[in-house]
Amino acid sequence: MTQHGNHGAHGTHGSLKSYVIGFILSIVLTIIPLVIVTEQMLEKTATILTIMAIAVLQFVIQLYFFMHIKEGEKPRYNVHALILGLVIVVTIVAGSLWIMMFNKY
Amino acid sequence: MEMTKQHDHDHDHGHEELEQLKILGFWIFVVTDCILFGTLFATYAVMIHSYAGGPTPKELFELPGIVASTFILLTSSFTSGLAVLAMNKKKVNEMIGWLAVTGLLGLAFVGLEIHEFSNLAHEGATIATSGYWSAFFTLVGTHGLHVSIGLFWMVALIIQLKRRGITTVTHRKITNFSLYWHFLDIVWIFLFTVVYLMGVM
Repeated sequence: MTQHGNHGAHGTHGSLKSYVIGFILSIVLTIIPLVIVTEQMLEKTATILTIMAIAVLQFVIQLYFFMHIKEGEKPRYNVHALILGLVIVVTIVAGSLWIMMFNKY
Repeated sequence: MEMTKQHDHDHDHGHEELEQLKILGFWIFVVTDCILFGTLFATYAVMIHSYAGGPTPKELFELPGIVASTFILLTSSFTSGLAVLAMNKKKVNEMIGWLAVTGLLGLAFVGLEIHEFSNLAHEGATIATSGYWSAFFTLVGTHGLHVSIGLFWMVALIIQLKRRGITTVTHRKITNFSLYWHFLDIVWIFLFTVVYLMGVM
């Protein structure tokens, strides 16, 4: 009820349900990589790829269930800014690793 | 009479739009903070094998404490969300309660991190030991500093809520704070994965 009264005026809506779902999924996605690493279930490269993929998945889940990224008014300038930021981050990290590969003498 | 009412409404609406704009502004700050952490992660990734003959993370990391910190920070991210829900229901006491829980969990997280850092220093890994440990302490320490600053901010917000209650201004401030707190948990997901899980492999 109150949620309806608030519409448009505030940044975050969200419901208890969305926070609980996000919390449970985050717990599961923290335990899975932990078990993979401590039990040494996969070989090294496969482990790195799997746990990075799970971290990205948890990032998306928290963005959606905790930060309610999809619930703004359009145009969603926040999403535009975030995408730009992520492009810069990926460029810095991947670019640094790439260029420094040529520096191993 | 109708006219003034209409005018008041427009005025109110304008005020709320300004607060909305300030939330977007804060969000842009969070994105730039994300880039800051990106540069620190890049440095860490480049320095990952630069031990200079000193201790390696595999020898020194103690995963149980790190796992505890991870769940503490994740839970505090969740409880800060519950504070926002209480705010939307206009329940100021419930809201302050959840903020206090969030703050205590954040304090526990910072305490564990200080304990971890002093153990590492005791074992001979300081910020001056090697390229690896410089990058490690800068990256993890910057995150810990963010959490610590967040704790002071939260105390200030609780005081404001006690004095003024939920207004458009405190509403905006809490919204920004919860964005910041969720963001810190997201950074920690990557710290946990890249630094600690890959560190003990």
